[in-house]
Amino acid sequence: MTADSQFETHEHDVLIIGAGGAGLRAAIEALAQGAKVGVVCKSLLGKAHTVMAEGGLAAAMCNVDKADGWQTHFRDTMNGGKRLNNWRMAQLHALEAPDRVRELEQWGALFDRTESGDILQRAFGGHTFKRLCHVGDRTGLEMIRTLQDRGVQLGFDVFMECTVTKLLKDGDRITGGFGYWRESGRFVVFKAKSIVIATGGIGKSWRVTSNSWECTGDGMALAYDAGAELLDMEFVQFHPTGMVWPPGVQGILVTEAVRGEGGILRNKNGERFMEKYDPKRLELSTRDVVARSIYTEVKEGRGSPHGGAFLDISRKPPEYVKRKLPSMYHQFKELADVDITKGPMEVGPTCHYVMGGIRVDAETGRASIPGLYAAGEAAGGMHGANRLGGNSLSDLLVFGRRAGLAAAQDAKKSSAPNIDGAQISAAEREALAPFEATGQDNPYTIHHELQNVMQNLVGIFRTDADLRQALVELQKLKARAKNMHVEGSRMFNPGWHLSIDLGCMLTVSEACAHAALARTESRGAHSRLDFPKTEDAWGKKNQVIVKKGDAMTLSEVPRQELPAELAQILDEGAK
Amino acid sequence: MAEATLRVYRGDRESGQAVDYKVPLTEGMVVLDAIHSIQAHQSSDLAVRWNCKAAKCGSCSAEVNGKPRLMCKTRMDSLPTDAPITVFPMKAFPVIKDLVTDVSWNYKVNKKIPPFQPRPGVEWKMDQRDVDRVQEFRKCIECFLCQDVCHVLRDHDKKEQFGGPRFFVRAASLEMHPLDGADRVPMLRKELGIGFCNITKCCTEVCPEEIHITDNAIIPLKERVVDRYYDPVTMIVRKIFPAK
Repeated sequence: MTADSQFETHEHDVLIIGAGGAGLRAAIEALAQGAKVGVVCKSLLGKAHTVMAEGGLAAAMCNVDKADGWQTHFRDTMNGGKRLNNWRMAQLHALEAPDRVRELEQWGALFDRTESGDILQRAFGGHTFKRLCHVGDRTGLEMIRTLQDRGVQLGFDVFMECTVTKLLKDGDRITGGFGYWRESGRFVVFKAKSIVIATGGIGKSWRVTSNSWECTGDGMALAYDAGAELLDMEFVQFHPTGMVWPPGVQGILVTEAVRGEGGILRNKNGERFMEKYDPKRLELSTRDVVARSIYTEVKEGRGSPHGGAFLDISRKPPEYVKRKLPSMYHQFKELADVDITKGPMEVGPTCHYVMGGIRVDAETGRASIPGLYAAGEAAGGMHGANRLGGNSLSDLLVFGRRAGLAAAQDAKKSSAPNIDGAQISAAEREALAPFEATGQDNPYTIHHELQNVMQNLVGIFRTDADLRQALVELQKLKARAKNMHVEGSRMFNPGWHLSIDLGCMLTVSEACAHAALARTESRGAHSRLDFPKTEDAWGKKNQVIVKKGDAMTLSEVPRQELPAELAQILDEGAK
Repeated sequence: MAEATLRVYRGDRESGQAVDYKVPLTEGMVVLDAIHSIQAHQSSDLAVRWNCKAAKCGSCSAEVNGKPRLMCKTRMDSLPTDAPITVFPMKAFPVIKDLVTDVSWNYKVNKKIPPFQPRPGVEWKMDQRDVDRVQEFRKCIECFLCQDVCHVLRDHDKKEQFGGPRFFVRAASLEMHPLDGADRVPMLRKELGIGFCNITKCCTEVCPEEIHITDNAIIPLKERVVDRYYDPVTMIVRKIFPAK
């Protein structure tokens, strides 16, 4: 602790915000570089949203399908993303994922095995070959526990149940963060030579979501407020299969592994409707396609009793289902009174992932302002217009490592960070404002209304009128949020915590609606009813959002052209 | 609309009391839904931990009608509604506020356990049957309900001498890893105090992941400790040839 601020202050070479897969992998790499590393996370260590990842981790290990290779993985990823991906990220990801998996195994992870004792790989949507390394349907838990133990062993400082509300700057450069302890409500200042944002996604802005309370877009909002660029925020993935009944569990994820292991989708008439939408790939089509197909079936009156589709794995032997999908078996049995070894599940689309995020350099994860890095779901570019299942866990490892490495190297070259007392005072005032505000709304009311706006107006299918309406509603909610009131003390006060998270949610929601309005075409996860075609011209550009003064501004940037040898890889697949 | 009454602990380290809240019931509702409803409509500062709401993260542990449970997995329709449903924080850990307890002790114990250490020159091949045994332990979501129910911790507060079921499961996952070469037997005996466990199986009963904590983790580890330290033949050998 240093004494140049009135608040508890910690100083690190590298500060990592977020302790999911990307944050932990970044921390491990920064530690390996000899940096002093701090990790700040909103929950207890090991509870981050990565823990909920189920199906697996995509890497061309070639343990099951010898014909696989990084080129095919690269091609699948680019095609899944409708070629809007940052090609260099997709290439690095495909090249490095197998090494990142082997590393996990060397740190103690135990994947399911093939007959010959290697890591077993399963089929997944959009992947040409069996590619997903997995542990039943709890791959994320295995990954986070392995990384957590590794990081603890190497010795990072962990600040659990601590939320960063502001990035601090010295001139252009990021020099720290301001936050509060959830337990006591006391403020804390982090000084750092470089910061890695690894805060994950934004799903809590939608009513039906697979995301946990933590996924409120904090990192993107912090970076945006500090002047960093956000990329392609219109691309939000709706996972085709979330639970739909009972109401309390609506949105909870049903892993794609159910389909990977042979699960079949049917409508209320018993028709295998994917034959109509994607006769070649059927249930293992890409997520954007399957989500739209289920949505369309329901909308046209062929849905299941509770407004979903039927997903059936019961033709497989019960023992097999219980072994390969144990948590699905328990989840349905205990929460929905359904035995999935005997009958179908009811499933429907749920907000799951954002492809957009902080705009970063492919090699290093460096954001557009000095000292700031981002990795994982908080960063944009890798997945283009639609992410393939299994490519997220591998993304976290590949780019978490790269960001941790670059941030540590950056820190070595940087002098001790200066922090500005005026910025800290402003951040303090802002954080405490809801206690003094006198408005009628509490944060739960505004959050509820925000979720309805995003669900109804910025969902799977979008129109010009809906998106304009959403932007109007978001402005109203922002105004009301300025006056919302929280009761109670600062000690572990969820109402107050939500009021702070809500500011982030409103920022990322606005960015998403803005970008969705501007992209007048349909591509990947972004479907416009008024512009249903995929336009070549739009395929050549990304959209960037940046704060100018107080205004959110959007501009188009040309997509980087692929080098000839990679273009050839894509062309080969088209033959 | 049908209602239930929840009797929830409200308070902090110093003082607290049970407060009744009436909550409207909906189909398939779980206790965590009811707690969220109280937060949204009656008391926004009610403190509770939760993350996934799908029994995968182990955050929402509490004592529902006196039983250690995950609130996200406890259906309201499984509880009698003619009397108030009590929701209290885990008893084995100090209360921070309302349903949130200080579980930091667990992280300190975890730090003591030597991590996975591959044997030199191992080939990275494993048989699924060997992996199965360890994967059972790796299912643990660290809800700490086993720690909460264990009488050595709950009633006797032996946190200085005893690691608790969670960390026997962790030690077992490492000791039985097909490629691990580290030795945790001395630490199990001393620092983790496995001898204090008298196999009442309370931990196994409350485990939401249905890990056979006592039979598959604790008993085999106890056997390793006994074989090493209390085997009569080994004891004689050690008497004659003391360790240098």
